[in-house]
Amino acid sequence: MEYSAIHVRNLSKSFRKRRGFRSGSRIQALESVTFEVEEGETYGLLGPNGSGKSSLIRILSTLLVPDSGEVSLMGHSLPHEQQEVRRIIGRVSVDAAFYKKLSARENLLYTALLYGRKAAEAEKRAMEVLERLGFQNTSFSTPLEEMSRGMQQKISIARALVIDPPVLLLDEPTTGLDPKSRRDVQSFLEELRSAQGTTILLTTHDMAEAERLCGRIGFLAQGRLVAEGTADDLKRRAKALTLDDAFIHLTGEGLSKKEKPAEEVAVLEKV
Amino acid sequence: METTLRQTWAFMFRGYHLTRRYISWVIVFNFYALVTSATVALIGVAAHDYQLTLTLVVGALLWNFLSMLYNEIAMSIAYERWEGTLEYTFMAPVSRSIHLLGISLFSLLNSIVQTIIVLVGLMFFTDIDFRGANLIGVLVVLAVSTLAFIGLGLMAAVLPVMSAERGAEATHIFQGSLLLVSGVYYPVEVLPKWMQPLSAMSPATYTLTACRKLIGVGNIDSRPGHLVGSSVSQVGHELLILGFMGAVMLPLGLWIFGRVEAWAKQHGKLKRTG
Repeated sequence: MEYSAIHVRNLSKSFRKRRGFRSGSRIQALESVTFEVEEGETYGLLGPNGSGKSSLIRILSTLLVPDSGEVSLMGHSLPHEQQEVRRIIGRVSVDAAFYKKLSARENLLYTALLYGRKAAEAEKRAMEVLERLGFQNTSFSTPLEEMSRGMQQKISIARALVIDPPVLLLDEPTTGLDPKSRRDVQSFLEELRSAQGTTILLTTHDMAEAERLCGRIGFLAQGRLVAEGTADDLKRRAKALTLDDAFIHLTGEGLSKKEKPAEEVAVLEKV
Repeated sequence: METTLRQTWAFMFRGYHLTRRYISWVIVFNFYALVTSATVALIGVAAHDYQLTLTLVVGALLWNFLSMLYNEIAMSIAYERWEGTLEYTFMAPVSRSIHLLGISLFSLLNSIVQTIIVLVGLMFFTDIDFRGANLIGVLVVLAVSTLAFIGLGLMAAVLPVMSAERGAEATHIFQGSLLLVSGVYYPVEVLPKWMQPLSAMSPATYTLTACRKLIGVGNIDSRPGHLVGSSVSQVGHELLILGFMGAVMLPLGLWIFGRVEAWAKQHGKLKRTG
């Protein structure tokens, strides 16, 4: 049976925001989001803060249940087949969430055991990934709290990869990294896609990164996917010279908050 | 099966290394547990009352064991929130039963080690001698009551899932309430009348009553160096109630945890900040 690596259709999610004991309002985090990511493709999701990128990643990671819509990864639909989905995804979030007192080795072995992997094999794989990312072997036993943000983020990537997942969900993986570390991570992701055919969903604020890594890019604004295509497509549609300009134009980020992006509807119809 | 064993081991592995890395805090907590237990036991020594000393020592030891077991399980989710790893544990392909079993096993081992440390320490402060006590019977009672306490711990562990900070606070309030109503250092009959029904609902009440009988506390034939402990059949009533509580509370704790996890996923409460 044919299926996309990631299939998202009419996905909506809202949260209730409490104000005091009784009153509250609903915040629409995602509204009728639809997109597909093919196997081996790197798909970029770009959007301003609060546009719903992290909520989307959390839904795909089985950590959040949508209000409506269809989601499936490698043919396994959520939320019904969440255990199957959990076996095939690796996730890197913007904050390198670890047991900071434990060493890189201890954190990675814990993850490997949690996924039912053999410790020795997982350790070998983790070392391969870390060496490829320019990580010093001697730091493997150092507590994470003694490491820089860049080093922690590299370990976060290694953690996602010790289980060799066919789908990688990357939520701003290079935020806060120095240029060298960012380049290391980007090269590694390119290599991963070409060598192993890993499907990657990447959220980022870095337009250059999105242009470099992503075959297609989706712009998310106020919970809606307002545009989708290759970087060149998006620039052409927005009549912009750079992806930055296309992003601002198509998401309405350059407008005051009261104004709605006038192009949204038209762009969506085109897409 | 191999996968399940590795997943269970993952939580033991994590717990062991965290204990190792936080060893100075572990020493501080053990020191504090020993000092508070000794302080209580010395009240009996000061009164030159062997039975009172024995009552207080048994209360201190059992409370150390049960409260540590409850606290480690109940706070396991709060710890993960503080570290920021909760989402990663919840998105791993490990069943919630295995997850909670792994946490409970490590908590059990931790509680046993701390209780042994306190027991050895108390021997330097009192002339307690457990010869004649039915220690095998005590182990049987503890094994049965452990199930109920794991169930209680699981029920309390959902509170930090629901609210990051308030939940952790509530688990301590609940623990304090158990200490108050379970007759740890005094008979429950001295509690205000309206509070006494609460003691009947605490598994710690039956654990303490049974263990004191098995050790020989309150037996007029018990003397220093020669305790007259009851047989297991003489604490059958308490064992039956504890068995029933374990049979109800353990599955109930797992069920409640599952329901709250589903609720948290609906409302986006698994984030570090909740």
